Amino acid sequence: MSKQINVALIGNPNTGKTSVFNALTGLNQKVGNYPGITVEKKEGVCKLSRNLKAHIIDLPGTYSLNASSLDENVVIELLLNKNDKDFPDVAVVISDVENLKRNLLLFTQIKDLEIPAILVINMSDRMAYKGISLDIEYLEEQLKTKIALVSTRKNKGIEDLKTLISNYKALNTEPCLDASVIDKDYFDNLRKAFPNQLLYKLWLVITQDVNFGKVTRNEFDSIEDFKTKSSAELKKLQQKETIKRYQFINDTLKKGQTIDLKTAKDIRIKLDRILTHKVWGYLIFAIILLLIFQAIYDWSSVPMDFIDSTFAALSEWTRSVLPDGIFTSLLGEGIIPGLGGIVIFIPQIAFLFLFISVLEESGYMSRVVFLMDRIMRRFGLSGKSVVPLISGTACAIPAIMATRNIESWKERLITILVTPFTTCSARLPVYLIIIALVIPEGRFLGLSYQALTLMLLYLIGFATAVGSAYLLNKVLKIRSKSFFVIEMPNYKLPLFKNVALTVVEKTKAFVFGAGKIILAISVVLWFLASFGPGENFNNAEQIVTENWASQELTENELQQKIASYKLEHSFIGITGRAIEPAIRPLGYDWKIGIAILSSFAAREVFVGTLATIYSVGSDEEETIKNRMAGEVNPILGGPLFNLASGISLLLFYAFAMQCMSTLAIVKRETNSWKWPILQLVVMSVFAYLVALAAFQILK
Amino acid sequence: MTLTELKRGQKAIIKDVSSIHIPLKLLEMGCLPGNYVELVQVAPFADPMYLNINGSHLAIRRETANYILIESTDE
Repeated sequence: MSKQINVALIGNPNTGKTSVFNALTGLNQKVGNYPGITVEKKEGVCKLSRNLKAHIIDLPGTYSLNASSLDENVVIELLLNKNDKDFPDVAVVISDVENLKRNLLLFTQIKDLEIPAILVINMSDRMAYKGISLDIEYLEEQLKTKIALVSTRKNKGIEDLKTLISNYKALNTEPCLDASVIDKDYFDNLRKAFPNQLLYKLWLVITQDVNFGKVTRNEFDSIEDFKTKSSAELKKLQQKETIKRYQFINDTLKKGQTIDLKTAKDIRIKLDRILTHKVWGYLIFAIILLLIFQAIYDWSSVPMDFIDSTFAALSEWTRSVLPDGIFTSLLGEGIIPGLGGIVIFIPQIAFLFLFISVLEESGYMSRVVFLMDRIMRRFGLSGKSVVPLISGTACAIPAIMATRNIESWKERLITILVTPFTTCSARLPVYLIIIALVIPEGRFLGLSYQALTLMLLYLIGFATAVGSAYLLNKVLKIRSKSFFVIEMPNYKLPLFKNVALTVVEKTKAFVFGAGKIILAISVVLWFLASFGPGENFNNAEQIVTENWASQELTENELQQKIASYKLEHSFIGITGRAIEPAIRPLGYDWKIGIAILSSFAAREVFVGTLATIYSVGSDEEETIKNRMAGEVNPILGGPLFNLASGISLLLFYAFAMQCMSTLAIVKRETNSWKWPILQLVVMSVFAYLVALAAFQILK
Repeated sequence: MTLTELKRGQKAIIKDVSSIHIPLKLLEMGCLPGNYVELVQVAPFADPMYLNINGSHLAIRRETANYILIESTDE
């Protein structure tokens, strides 16, 4: 049996921590959540030698052990809890060679917890470029550790790091800083009360609730008695602690690091002069946004058309090959069309995450935050709200989680509340199919009407998000400090491996997450559409045959009539017709009503639902689009999907809050039911009214 | 003088930071008395300010910069 040890990767944001993680684990990694919270947990396995394996956890990036967000708190919770099954045998602290001074702050804190720690100096390929030279031996001695010089870009130093991890038992666990220098009297008392505990650990427990959440451990029960100092005093002491740490780091680096400014080159200044320029900066940002939308609409339409027709053919093939029966019907009319409704998303989601991860990896996203902060503040948002609003075009769920680094609670809450207005990829299939049905082909200034409509819908989404933020800012009476700090990292060429892994992982998470809901709903819908109560449903064949007996119908036509009669009297038909009065003023029939109703679970269910409803009892191989185009409005006559009802539907989907997962995330992130319920009611009522007005004006 | 008076491209030494108004996170990023600060770039309306503090590049809002006292090093 080979032995397995726990290794925790810890480091500041933007140090290439995830690249090191990817280099160590390759594809042997999985992403989950920490129990009870929505912080992403990345773990993987790395084989060190024939009988030693490392279980590696990539902890969320943090600037220090004084947590100020949910993500950062995960790090401290783990490091303080020796009984956690993931408690590290060795901590690998990742630093960036260009930001060594700041990165070492976290390193000294980890050392002071007396956890065996290895220092990785990453991006070492940049040393010559920046004129940096290091005295590794001296640094190892001063910092009481082992150092691995790593370049994930050049694939160097990873083997050295593995060797160091294997020999973790030889690491020195002496602290870097004597905690009692912070306040001698206070710490002497602490030592007397808890003779068996580390002083620095006690200090962290005491100060955690000053900054973030309370750390609760039975072993520290009586620590309450030591909170004799006011939080202002404690904060002063934390400042003192930070100054002491920097003194130690400055002294260490004075001898251990030399920077020759003459040979140092800097691309940052040149790039920033353009990318954060008052005019060019905004122009470039606008062009990048246009490029993203072009990719989503134009480039991904090819694979999407292919997926659509493939699933139609697959469904038909299943029904022709398998014997008739309930199982075949479930598969061909429920499961396959339902799955098609989710697989069709993959190209667009992949494109979106591709762009977002390239923008983040390259360091450009911070520049956007910098440029947009002042403008967004007018609407009660933060520059950092731009990232959620852009990510929201992929999916509101990761977008809402991305609000965590917004320091001001009011700005963060407003961002969470308005993000669902941005056009997420779940709305896209709905938009695309309706646009294809009702917007005429043709071009205006070289751009197709259909593409322009889509772009308009995106703009409406953003405008509504920003507009409602403005209103919320006026209405919400929350006092919170408007604090803002963002690191402006170096520009980097994104690593292909990192980007590819992010795209694959996010797409997978989305497809499987949403896929489960969609599949479940498809099966339920199939059941409701295939069965019904009472005489009308059970004797459908007899009733229809009798009613149409006087007319000469072909066998085929008769079968169609029976199928649609059955559908009308199935469970779903009865429900649909019950809600029809409410949606008829919007220009919809009961089938659309059912699709809207079921898409309150998730918007993307809309197309799948229509596909399921229309394919129940239909014999021909047809794409969803053709089936929808053939539908006739039962009251007004003419195609059911015309300009008026189409625009009305588009607007309804633009505004309605139809995503249970988003509501669940909002509940978690705001820790209250008040906000998600407010979102659901306000957005949906607004959507209904706008859709009503649109249909009544256009019809 | 406060950090808000710094001009683009100018360098200064941080004299004092008001620890009540400045969150710990900013201090941990190097915004501490004795360290140097340089104004790299400003967004429109000079807000936020893009700084180089002790080798760390970061951006903060003008209202925060009000609580950071500096001493100019330019002759």
